[in-house]
Amino acid sequence: MRLPLWHLTLASVRNRGLATVLTLVAIALSVTLLLGVERLRNDARSSFANTLSGTDLIVGARSGAVQLLLYSVFHIGDATHDVSWSRIDALRTHKDVAWLVPLSLGDSHRGFRVVGTTADFFAHVQTGNRQPLRFAAGQAFEGVFDAVIGAEVAARLGYAPGAKIVLSHGAGEFAAAEHADKPFTVTGVLARTGTPVDRSVLVGLAAIEAIHLDWQGGSRIPGVEIPAQFVGKFDLSPKRVTAALVGLERRATVFRVQREINTSDGEPLLAILPGVTLDELWRVVGVVERVLLAVSAFVVAVGLAGLVATLVSSLSARRRELAILRALGAGPGDVFVLLMTESVLLAVAGCVLGVVGLWALSAGIAPWLMAEHGVQLVPRFVDQSELVWLAGVVVAALLASVIPAWRAYRYSLADGMTVRL
Amino acid sequence: MDAAGAPLSDAAVALRGLRFGWPGADRPCLDMAGFTLSAGERLFLHGPSGSGKTTLLSLIGGVLRADAGALRVLGHDLSALSGPRRDRFRADHIGFIFQQFNLIPYLSAADNIALPCRFSPLRAQRAGDVAAAVARLAGHLDLPADLLARPAAELSVGQQQRVAAARALIGGPALVIADEPTSALDAARQQVFLDLLLNECAAVGASLLFVSHDLRLAGRFDRSVALGEINAAAEALA
Repeated sequence: MRLPLWHLTLASVRNRGLATVLTLVAIALSVTLLLGVERLRNDARSSFANTLSGTDLIVGARSGAVQLLLYSVFHIGDATHDVSWSRIDALRTHKDVAWLVPLSLGDSHRGFRVVGTTADFFAHVQTGNRQPLRFAAGQAFEGVFDAVIGAEVAARLGYAPGAKIVLSHGAGEFAAAEHADKPFTVTGVLARTGTPVDRSVLVGLAAIEAIHLDWQGGSRIPGVEIPAQFVGKFDLSPKRVTAALVGLERRATVFRVQREINTSDGEPLLAILPGVTLDELWRVVGVVERVLLAVSAFVVAVGLAGLVATLVSSLSARRRELAILRALGAGPGDVFVLLMTESVLLAVAGCVLGVVGLWALSAGIAPWLMAEHGVQLVPRFVDQSELVWLAGVVVAALLASVIPAWRAYRYSLADGMTVRL
Repeated sequence: MDAAGAPLSDAAVALRGLRFGWPGADRPCLDMAGFTLSAGERLFLHGPSGSGKTTLLSLIGGVLRADAGALRVLGHDLSALSGPRRDRFRADHIGFIFQQFNLIPYLSAADNIALPCRFSPLRAQRAGDVAAAVARLAGHLDLPADLLARPAAELSVGQQQRVAAARALIGGPALVIADEPTSALDAARQQVFLDLLLNECAAVGASLLFVSHDLRLAGRFDRSVALGEINAAAEALA
């Protein structure tokens, strides 16, 4: 029985152990990097798309969809208009609306945005793959001057429940605009989500009213000063809010409710679907995505260059060996197949090793990545699109090995029977 | 087509007006008016280095192609065969033994001996059970069975040369070409090796073309030829 040629390939590869192992490692690393960057790219995208989940509509004053999303969810930029509370309250009792979380923006604490809202915020706002908010310490606000802080606020400023904080009017550029007379007490710290919630200070809507009782038009009313203990004597029900997050009874009604809000008479409102607008925004941010893809392509090219370099440099050492095989009857085609088999073998082994390496790596860093950057990296082996990438690597290795295989073919023709070196 | 073995009614090797020059060289290194090796004949070919011995062997083996002239090996006109057909012909019908042992160092002795069967289905078929054929040849050539599993690189010089001989003989090629096979052996081992080789060739009925510069060995052969005398190009050099 004719024994297969790959037996020779295997024995020869084993004989050149170190160089082979190094090539294998280079290929495995490039595969790990390629798939890793590819996964990170996809997962960053889905994390971004999951900044806000479970919310069907965001409602605010009429402006642009991206603008509304930016200031209500990402706390970037400011609203051009408020929405009167009566409109929001009316929406709350709409028959299709399951829940509504109002957002009142405009104040800050040491660079972190203050969000006036209701306790419903903690019940209904979800991030990631529909994960509800959790408290890392303490609980939701109850009193007027209670505040809940996001994980990043707590970590950066070293706050724990019980800490006293002072809010500032606006983005906090001017010390004079501090609400120093009405300090807040931190009652809870939220667990990290990897979303802008981590960088928020959450207070009740009544608190927003209370700290602005003696303010008008963005500055203190001269001569008027209402001490914190007397705010309860005033009407602290909200007059205006910035935006609202809306959950519907049935998702199927989302376009009808959206159209109803967008075409309603009176105060001009805008309702957007957060998922759609997030996608729109990603297309802007997505340039980075393509850069990452280019980087991974280069990484694979480097790995394959290593494979070709190893094969070519091993050729001179194997010249004698190939000449012997020629003398024993191996045709140039056999020599060609011998080298091609070797590179395909290395490429496949490198791919397998790379996938295993990636799995181990992602299992290792997934918790850290989630906690620090809010990027969800699910440890998994390969899916279909990644199989296409892997097949591409093997095909590229096959093509790359044509060069050394061709050289070996030329050698074996030129050397003839002179196998003494 | 040639599965039943090459037609041996003819001479094993017959050439006429053969000329070959390496590309780029201004004069041919081989220019032979005529030369014949009869079927079953054991011929001693000698000549100084540079007389074109290895080139002649490469031509007979079909690794090189002659520039001019006729070359028939085992009844086949080599110049009429395509490259792959010559490779197949060499694998099927010719066993080579080299001066350097030219074993594949990382393969076991047994794998080295069986190697020609990898490239030639015909020789594999003639060998029958390859493992048994390897063991039988090893026995005839005084190679202990326990050596066969060891990598070729670990064997002694004499053992390596006997493995090389076994490799050339497996599957019963009609022509065995030995290129200075004894020059790495001491005098006593040369005689032992020569005995084994001649006996095995006789046993399988193979023609033997034995190339050496050591004239003391010539007496053991049917005929002795000086390559310098039949190669006009070598005379021109001298």
